[in-house]
Amino acid sequence: MRELLVAVGRPEVSSSVMREPADLGRFGEYGGRFVPESLIPACEAVEAAFREAWADPRFRGQLDRLLTVYAGRPTPMTPAWNLSAELGITLLLKREDLAHTGSHKINNVLGQALLARRMGKTRLIAETGAGQHGVATATAAALLGMDCTVYMGAEDTERQELNVFRMKMLGAEVVAVHSGSRTLKDACNEAMRQWVARVDDTYYCVGSVMGPHPYPWMVREFQRVIGDEARTQTATELTAGVPDYVVACVGGGSNAAGTFAGFADTDARLIGVEAAGGAAMTDGAPGIVHGYRSKVLQDANGQIAEAHSISAGLDYPGIGPEHAHLGDIGRARYVTVTDDEVLDAVRRLARAEGILCALESAHAVAWVMRTAGSDELPPGATVVLTLSGRGDKDMATLMERAQ
Amino acid sequence: MSRLETTLRAARDAGGKLLVPYVTGGITADWTDHLLAYQEAGADAIEVGLPFSDPMLDGVTIQQASDRALEQRVTPDRILSDLAAVRDRVRVPLVAMTYANLVVRLGYTEFCRRLADAGVSGLIVPDVPLDELGGLDDAAAAAGVDLVLLVAPSTTPERLDDICARSRGFIYAVSVMGTTGERADLAATATALAASVTARTDRPVLIGFGVSTAAHAVAAAATADGVVVASALMRRVLDGATPEEVAVDLAAIRAGLDTVATGTSTGSTAGRVEQHGYARAARA
Repeated sequence: MRELLVAVGRPEVSSSVMREPADLGRFGEYGGRFVPESLIPACEAVEAAFREAWADPRFRGQLDRLLTVYAGRPTPMTPAWNLSAELGITLLLKREDLAHTGSHKINNVLGQALLARRMGKTRLIAETGAGQHGVATATAAALLGMDCTVYMGAEDTERQELNVFRMKMLGAEVVAVHSGSRTLKDACNEAMRQWVARVDDTYYCVGSVMGPHPYPWMVREFQRVIGDEARTQTATELTAGVPDYVVACVGGGSNAAGTFAGFADTDARLIGVEAAGGAAMTDGAPGIVHGYRSKVLQDANGQIAEAHSISAGLDYPGIGPEHAHLGDIGRARYVTVTDDEVLDAVRRLARAEGILCALESAHAVAWVMRTAGSDELPPGATVVLTLSGRGDKDMATLMERAQ
Repeated sequence: MSRLETTLRAARDAGGKLLVPYVTGGITADWTDHLLAYQEAGADAIEVGLPFSDPMLDGVTIQQASDRALEQRVTPDRILSDLAAVRDRVRVPLVAMTYANLVVRLGYTEFCRRLADAGVSGLIVPDVPLDELGGLDDAAAAAGVDLVLLVAPSTTPERLDDICARSRGFIYAVSVMGTTGERADLAATATALAASVTARTDRPVLIGFGVSTAAHAVAAAATADGVVVASALMRRVLDGATPEEVAVDLAAIRAGLDTVATGTSTGSTAGRVEQHGYARAARA
């Protein structure tokens, strides 16, 4: 039955997809808790606290209120009128770029920071690539009166100087990581090391649907507000109620996971768009890194490969384990776009709609632009696309490329 | 029980304290000379790191050692063939230390088989905890390789019981909540942990992480059966010390341990320790 459904291009509709993972955070063969013994109790404590908090209406109420009055939710669903006409489809943009701090990262961070405080922790640590998650974590720490240290690859601190300064303005300490490839993957390792050393007062606020159980599941749950809102919004915006396609960019995959979660039980086709230079689903092999099993870019010996993308946020060799599973079972499809297509997409969206999106988000836009009108995305199709963040942080990169 | 556990048990039961030094495989072109020098300096077994690009549990020193080895395009196969080439001269058991991805890349069975073929009789994979063994323990046992499990200061009593029951070779007691790396003092958590592990098992119990000096080793050996010494030695290697020079440091730790070994706590042994400035400084 599943083969048949995939063959005719309609996803299998199952209410069991994107629910709670099985034992120790398993999504099919992926996920798990591959951490040193020292961190096992810490992971267990986060899991227990999250289960309890997520079932507690008071916690949910606190988080909902913060998301509303602080983060600016619900974010709008904006019809891309001009682009829709040009492309011959109906394109709706879920505007995470309008959330506080400029991206969807704030949804997850507010959830985890509230959880950390509930656990009695006084300090947040985080890894960051482009700096968006670091900025969001520094923001939540400032709001909740917590200390904050952000680990960032030394190369990224140079590429993203502005975000480093933003984090410092918000009172966070930014630590440049000089080991390995000096990028996001090394920042993840360092955050893990620092967590081991100060687990008593410190909470590790993971930035995507990755890491050891319960993080991939918990971060998806904190991000599902994107998909839940979008589902409600499409119910009034679209005649059919549910879009034909749901598209989001994927690095670790948190905005995609949150968006997909709102549509997993519909027959909408789910499309995750990776950077061609960091396509773990397309080019990776099963492996274990940063505490979880998933598809990972690596060499023949199992050394983790460096990703290369114009968008620092997608410059990551792994992908959330639930995405690897959704891809394997055919519930979601993962595709890639090139840096050049992304640069075109940023420009074209800006000119057509007056929306300057992040390079990460532009991956999703680029795929829609490339495929609209083809068999992959037929004329007249309805599409919800999550615009995960705004492009201000990328101006230096865009200026460089324009020269 | 493989050669690793048999050897360590025999040395311990004879009243000795166990010394297991570490070297990152492929760190230098002549890296296997370190094995021979360690052996001469009194190692009971030797831990050989198969470097990984993302060593989550390692501090700066082992990170740098791993990076340096990987820059020279070292592969697990090359390290294992280097080991196979010296197996006639290395009498002490060898323990491979690496991370999960190198093991799953080949598959548990094949990886363990290759270790055994190279004469390696133990394996440590710090990011495969008890709950995620998934048959790695069986694959190791089938190949005649002892899978050494770690315990940490945060490990609960129930987990200590399980880990003591399933670890082979020895129990690796992580001295401190933190990464590998040199430290000024042996963490207070180390001896408390070792005591609660030795009460649960008669397998050898070794303290590692931050055992940097003879004094640390002596303090650790008061409750544990011995120590693993890694970063303090690898720092010397990174700074350009020869295998013989590094072995002098190891010999000082050996001498320190011999002062606490059963029945050898004599004036003459203590005198031997005095010969090394390293040990002298540590005793001050």
